[in-house]
This record gives sequence, structure tokens and C-alpha cells, in this order.
Amino acid sequence: MNNLLEKYEIVIGLEVHAQLQTQTKIFTADSTEYGGAPNTHISVITLAHPGTLPRVSREVIEYAVKMGLACGSSITPYNVFARKNYFYPDLPKGYQVTQDKDPICVGGKVSFKLKNGELHHIRLHHIHLEEDAGKSLHTNDSDDTLLDYNRAGVPLIEIVSEPDMRSSEEAYYYMQEIQRIVRYLDICDGNMEEGSLRCDANVSVRLRGASQLGTRVEIKNMNSFRFLQKAIDYEAQRQMELIEKDEKAQIIQETRTFDPNTGKTYGMRVKESMNDYRYFPEPDLTPVVISESWLAQIKAQMPTLPWEWQQKLKNQYGLSEYDAGVLTDSRQVVEFFAAVCQFTTQFKAVANWINGEIKAYLNDKSLEMSQLPISAQQLADLIELIAQNQVSNSVASQKILPQLLNEPHRGALEIAQTYNWLLENNANALQQAVNEVVAQFPDKVKEYQKGKKGLQGMFMGEIMKKTQGKADPKLANQLLIKALAEA
Amino acid sequence: MYSAFRDIRQALFENRLTCVDLVKYYLQNIENQADLNVFLSVYAEEALAQAHLIDQKIQNQTAGRLAGMVIGLKDVICYQNHPLQGGSKILNGFVSQFSATVVERLLAEDAIIIGRQNCDEFAMGSSNENSAFGVVRNAADKNRVPGGSSGGSAVAVQANMCLASLGSDTGGSVRQPAAFCGLVGLKPTYSRISRYGLVAYASSFDCIGIITQNVEDNALLLEIIAGGDAFDSTVSFRAVPKYSQSLNFSQKPKIAYLREAVESAGLSEAVRVHTRQKLDFLRQAGYVVEAVDFPLIKYILPTYYILTTAEASSNLARFDGVRYGYRSPQAQDLRNMYVRSRQEGFGAEVQRRIMLGTFVLSADYYDAYYTKAQKVRRLIQEATNEIFKKYDFLVMPTTPRTAFEIGALTGDPIQMYLEDLFTVQANLVGKPAISIPNGVDEKGLPIGFQIMADSFQEADLLAFANYLAQ
Repeated sequence: MNNLLEKYEIVIGLEVHAQLQTQTKIFTADSTEYGGAPNTHISVITLAHPGTLPRVSREVIEYAVKMGLACGSSITPYNVFARKNYFYPDLPKGYQVTQDKDPICVGGKVSFKLKNGELHHIRLHHIHLEEDAGKSLHTNDSDDTLLDYNRAGVPLIEIVSEPDMRSSEEAYYYMQEIQRIVRYLDICDGNMEEGSLRCDANVSVRLRGASQLGTRVEIKNMNSFRFLQKAIDYEAQRQMELIEKDEKAQIIQETRTFDPNTGKTYGMRVKESMNDYRYFPEPDLTPVVISESWLAQIKAQMPTLPWEWQQKLKNQYGLSEYDAGVLTDSRQVVEFFAAVCQFTTQFKAVANWINGEIKAYLNDKSLEMSQLPISAQQLADLIELIAQNQVSNSVASQKILPQLLNEPHRGALEIAQTYNWLLENNANALQQAVNEVVAQFPDKVKEYQKGKKGLQGMFMGEIMKKTQGKADPKLANQLLIKALAEA
Repeated sequence: MYSAFRDIRQALFENRLTCVDLVKYYLQNIENQADLNVFLSVYAEEALAQAHLIDQKIQNQTAGRLAGMVIGLKDVICYQNHPLQGGSKILNGFVSQFSATVVERLLAEDAIIIGRQNCDEFAMGSSNENSAFGVVRNAADKNRVPGGSSGGSAVAVQANMCLASLGSDTGGSVRQPAAFCGLVGLKPTYSRISRYGLVAYASSFDCIGIITQNVEDNALLLEIIAGGDAFDSTVSFRAVPKYSQSLNFSQKPKIAYLREAVESAGLSEAVRVHTRQKLDFLRQAGYVVEAVDFPLIKYILPTYYILTTAEASSNLARFDGVRYGYRSPQAQDLRNMYVRSRQEGFGAEVQRRIMLGTFVLSADYYDAYYTKAQKVRRLIQEATNEIFKKYDFLVMPTTPRTAFEIGALTGDPIQMYLEDLFTVQANLVGKPAISIPNGVDEKGLPIGFQIMADSFQEADLLAFANYLAQ
């Protein structure tokens, strides 16, 4: 592949579908909840009974606008819905209500960093609103197709990129960034396995330096980030090899499906991608007008976005680029960081604790940040104990934190006191331990005095042993150096 | 018996009549005239039980404004837990799970719903010959059609099977049968009445319409069923005037008539004469009555048929045999199930319109037909608006001729479509129009006179119609 990549350029555009986690479906009051028993979130409207009409949920409009605002798109003030006509059993009306000529968000971009730290911008063509279809289910013991309409009418936004991506890695990071944005906005849970975030990739290849795009192939059915990358790599390789073999004509504009078991893409029947959808304006819905005042209301509801947080973390909290990047992976994490920082000014320590011990704990227990048993203040208190030299860093992370997580109703200080984990920072008591150790190893003292300074660590270790680890290391060190010099 | 709701109310409140007697009377008429093929379902026991309840309410002085109003519903209007088929085999066995907004409003005012009325399949037709349940006969002459598509709804009122009917009017389907049956048929402004619970034919044209013996009953029903509805995002939330209380017409409006319509060669002699007499009457009464040219008239029907069939092809896609209604027992696979269920379930005219609509929306012909027709619709709207800048009403015959014989036009769909020539304009432009009786021809067949007004001017329209009808 590497040789071919010197010769060819891969061109990728993604169409990402995000299910909006609104209370109701886009055109009815039915629930959008995932995982209900089949056909329990349905009504006469979802089932397209004769005489029913759609009505647009305002919440859905607001969610879509938020995505557009986050991506810097321009928001369409006058939104017309359209019907996309085709027959399929999971499509109750025989048409999907979507947007055709006037999508709700136009333009904008999604930015992300590649592995090498390079900042990349992918332009968006548009974002439009539409309704999801139901699900067809097949059982092993019969030829029947079973239909579940719970998903029918669940709101979707389709985020359509320009063909700006040049590698599967870029597609991977682009998709990750979309996931992060929808999660920050709290408009979609971003779960690719459950299908609430789905994507189709348009892939073509061309000779490097060529200005015309190659024939584009659409790949469907990639329900994880890894599969997205694998599918693109496979498809690009397939196309490049065909061109190399002088069989370019075999690359046709078609829809291919990715099989995760083989890692290959397979052509679907051409007929299916040749549909004439006969779009026309949906006459059952009046255009949705997004007024200036409504738009202002939505803008006011926008959360702080990841890149805004990063600026804030660097400027206001003095964190490094790296720390800021890691903390902003998730909105919950960065908001917890900010919450902790309301009770302490040890910002760097807070970042280290959250990115270290706290994340390790959550990963270990498979918990979300919101499920962390201790409060922001409790973590801040623990960090303050360290800063004030009342406990050592290692005791705090290895003993106090685990205990705190077990007994979240108690404070860090209380736990440290109960278990006698507070540092021995009484100079007199420490002095005695230092004197004892110095007296215990006269030979080593001599060696030290002759210049073997490395022995200092051995003495410290002995002091710690004597104090059961509670010695304030800084103070102990000062006393030790003095005692060794004077011995 | 009674032909005006006012008289029925008076009799009910003076204890000269009960709702039970009234319902029995209508039920008897339905039974005696079963050969007219008007009702697809008669809710006899239910209607009697309801009548009994309302009689008690009258005694207790808690009766609603429609106590004593016995109404039939065209088979395109949803009534919860009652059958609904749109006159089509494809909805065999279907029972509606909800009531249309209009039905809820009627019931809330104590109207009694007596049954479901035959109509052209999915409201497509001008003669009621396209029903899966067979042709409806005109009570004025049983060998003639009642008009369509709300033929059953018109004959039900004509033959005293109920006092009023709710039909639907997409291109004249309430006004034309009202004209053929000597009744008052109103199509209000598009969006004046909620369409929730009306089986869709062409969404941007469809209106629920009202068929009655007189204008006053029509006005009362409109005032009760019209108005905003959260379930229909296209409905108007404008305040609904008390139409029934503003029927005394005192203005001197300016009236236009379509020269092309009144001078049309396609007009029968009787229709021409009666229409002229009406215009002369108005002139003599001191009104300004002027002819206006409407050169776009020749584009009205093509525009109408392109746009309505386009919408219909999509609206009727839901009848696919998957979730409800008819599924072909011979179906082999998915595609075959669609094809067979729809071929066997839909009648010829519906299939014709679905194909036409699919064609005009197809990629290669979209701009030539659908897009162009949208533009022409706009032009017709603008030209019609121009007329209403100068005139209060636009009048013309409702139909070019009176009721024709059953079977006379079934082999000639174009001639059949021409029956709608005068009625479709109001639907294309969304304005209200009413058909009122205008005498009878030499065979005793009723003639209709149509009045169109500007959008949301139903109060004036009804008042003027009331004046002319008396």
C-alpha cells in the first residue's frame, strides 16, 4: 500500500448520522428511548395510519441548530422539509421526511488534531434534519421479517462533509471529533455500536496532483471507529489496485457494504443505489422559521465547547497544551475539573489527579464521571492536604483516595486522621527519628561525609521506615542533611 | 320532515320532537333507500343510544349547540373505533384508532354520527363511480350520478338520510355533488379546518367541506369545526367568526364572473340560462356585476392534475400491505407483495393517478411537469388575487352541466376531468367557495351556482350565499 500511496491520493467525504436524544420523536410525541420492547414507542402517527399528520418538535430544531452553531455553520432561517419517496417495510409512510434544498445548517467546519499534533480542518457541506426508519429483524427459525417501529421517526441530523479527508486516519479523527461535539452539546449519546452515531463514507482515489476526483464509492455499515478506518483502507487499496491493473472501469459509482468479519467491502445491487427518490416539498408541514430571537435563545443555551475549554485551561488555569487536551476529551471531565478548581488553586495537581487516579478508577469500575462517588470539594480537600504538607502524595493516592471512594460520606482529612495517615511534620519528633538513624549507621555516615552522597536515599528510607511513612519528606530531608553534616 | 336545523331545534326544545325519533326517521330513510348505495356503515344502535343521551341533556338544559344535528361522514374521515376505507379495497377491515379533529368537535357539541358514506376511492373522481363499494345513485334520477367524490355524502342529505354531511373537497368534491343534488356545499379556505383525521389525497389542496340543505346549517357547522389544531401544522389559528350569526347581508358587493366560464361552449343550455338569470338578478338588484377575463383558465386543470397526482402518489405510498389493510394472499416476496397488494387493492382511477404522479415527479420529467406546475399555480394564485383586489366575489356555474348518466363518461377520463373545470380553481388558490342551488334543468336536475371569495372571507361568502339562496 505504501508504494501506491506515493502515487495515489485517497479522497474521503463522510456522511454522519447522529440520532438526537430529544424527549420525543421529530413529528410525534412518541418516546425516542433506545432499547424499549419492540413496537412500544409507536402511535398512529409513527405507523402512518390514514389521516395522520406530522408536527415538528421545536426541541429537534434546537438540537440541530446547536450542532450548526458548534461547527460555525450558517443557520437557515426558513426551513422547508421534503419527502424522499421509496418503499421499504421499515418506512411506514412510504417516504422519509427530510430536508432537500434548504438544509438547516450550511457550511462550517470540524477541526481536530492528528496523531502528529497537526491541526486539521474539514469543511462541512451542510447539516440537515430527517427522521429515522424502523428496524427489520430476522429470526433464525423462520423466513419472516419482523418489524420494530420504535426507531421510526427518531430525529436524525445528517452531517455531510466536503471531500476533504485524505486518509482513514483523518476520517477516524474527524469522526471522533464529531462524537465529542455531539456529546458536549448533549444532543446525541454518540454511541456507534448502538447505532446512535452512524456513518457512510464516500471514497475515491486519484493520481497525486490530479485535479479531477475519481469515481466515488459509498461504503455503509461501519459501526465502530476501527471498522471505519479498516473499511476505508480496504476500499482505497481495492480501487488503487484496480487502476494499477488497468481495470479502472471496474470502479463504478455504487454502494458497498463493509463486512467486519472479512474486513472487505462488497457491492450491493446497483438497483438499490439507482433509486429515484422523487423529492418534493412536504405539503403536510409548514416551513419552520427560526427567528432572530429564537436563535439568540439557542445560542444562550450553548455549553462551553472543547476548544473553548482548552483555551480557558491554558490561559486561566495555566495548564499545558497536553493536559488541556486530555482533560477536554469529555465535557463531564472538564466540568469536574472546573468544579474542583473552585475549592483549590492547585490547578496542575487537580489536572494530574483527574487524568491519573480518578480516570484510572473510573476505567477500572467502568463508570462515568457523573458516577464518581466523591464530590469536587472532597477531591479538592485531598489535594489541599497534600499542598499543605499534611499528607504525602503517595499516601494520598494509595491509601486516602481508595478509602475516600469507599467512604464518600467522610472527608479526606477525617479519613487521614482516623487511619493515622497524617504526615509527621512535628520537627522535634522527626529530629529524634533522624538522630536515631544517623546513630544507627556510623559507617555509612562516614562514607557519606567522604562524598558518597547517594547514601542520602538510604537514610531517608530508614527514616520513613521508622515513621511508618508519615514523615514529611521535605522536612525530614532538611533535618537529615543537617544531622549528617554535624555527625 | 325537517330540512333546517333551526326547525329541528325548536321542535326539540318545545318537546314536539325527540332525538330518538329523529334518528329513527333517518334510519328508516336509509333503509328504504338502500338502492342509492349511500352508506357503507350505519351506526344505528350507537346513534340511537347517543340520541337517548342527548334527549336527556335537552331535558337537563345541558345540551350542546349541535344537539339534534344528525350527521354522516364521508369514508375519508376518521372516527375512532369505526371502520375507515376511503372507498377502497386496500383498507379492507381497517378500523380507525383515532377521531379526526372535526369529529371530536362535532361530538363535543352533541352531534350524532349516523354512519359512513360511500365515495370515490380516496376521493378521486367526479361521479362516485370509482368506489370499491359500487356507484352511488342520484336521488333526483337514479340512473344518474350524484357527482363526486363526496357523492354518498350529498345523496344522504338530498334523500333525508341525515341533516348534514362532512365530505372532502380537493378539486370540487363537495361543491360538485352538492350542485348535482341541489344542495349547499362549502369548501372553506385551505387551512381553515384541521385536516387531522382526513385521509390525504393531495395535502396542499385537501379541505374538509360541509354539505347541507341550507346556508345557515352550513355556517353553524363551519363555526364549530373550524380553527386551530395542534395536530395539523398547516391549519390556521385565525379566530373563527360566528358565521351563523352574521348571515344578514347588507352590503353591496362588487361581483365578477369569469367570462370564459359563462361563455364556455362546454356549458349546457340550461346551466348557461340559469347562470345568466342569476347575474341579471344581481344587476337588477343594483350590484356591480362585471365579466373578467381569465386567460389562465386553460392551465387550471393540467396544473391541478399534475400537482394533485404528484402529492397523491406519495400520500398513498403508505398503503403497502405491510402494517394494515389489504395484503395480497398471493404475495411471494417483498416486491411482489407491494405490487400485488397495490394492484389488487387500488382501483383503476387511483392507479392511474399514482402513475401520473410518479411520472411527473420522476427525475427526467420533474422540471417539465412538477416544477412548471408549481410556477403556474403561483401565477393562477396571483391572477386570482388580482380579481379579489377589485371584486368581493367571483361567481360562475359550479359545473358545466347537470348530473350525467351513470357510465356516460367512465371510458373518457379527460372528459370526466373537465367536469372539475370550474371547481378546481378554488383549490389551486386555496380560497373559499360555495355551491348553492340555482334551479333545475328541463329534466328536473339541479343546477349549481358557485361563489368564490377571498381567503378567510367565509363570513361574507356565507352571508351573500344565504341572500342569493333565499
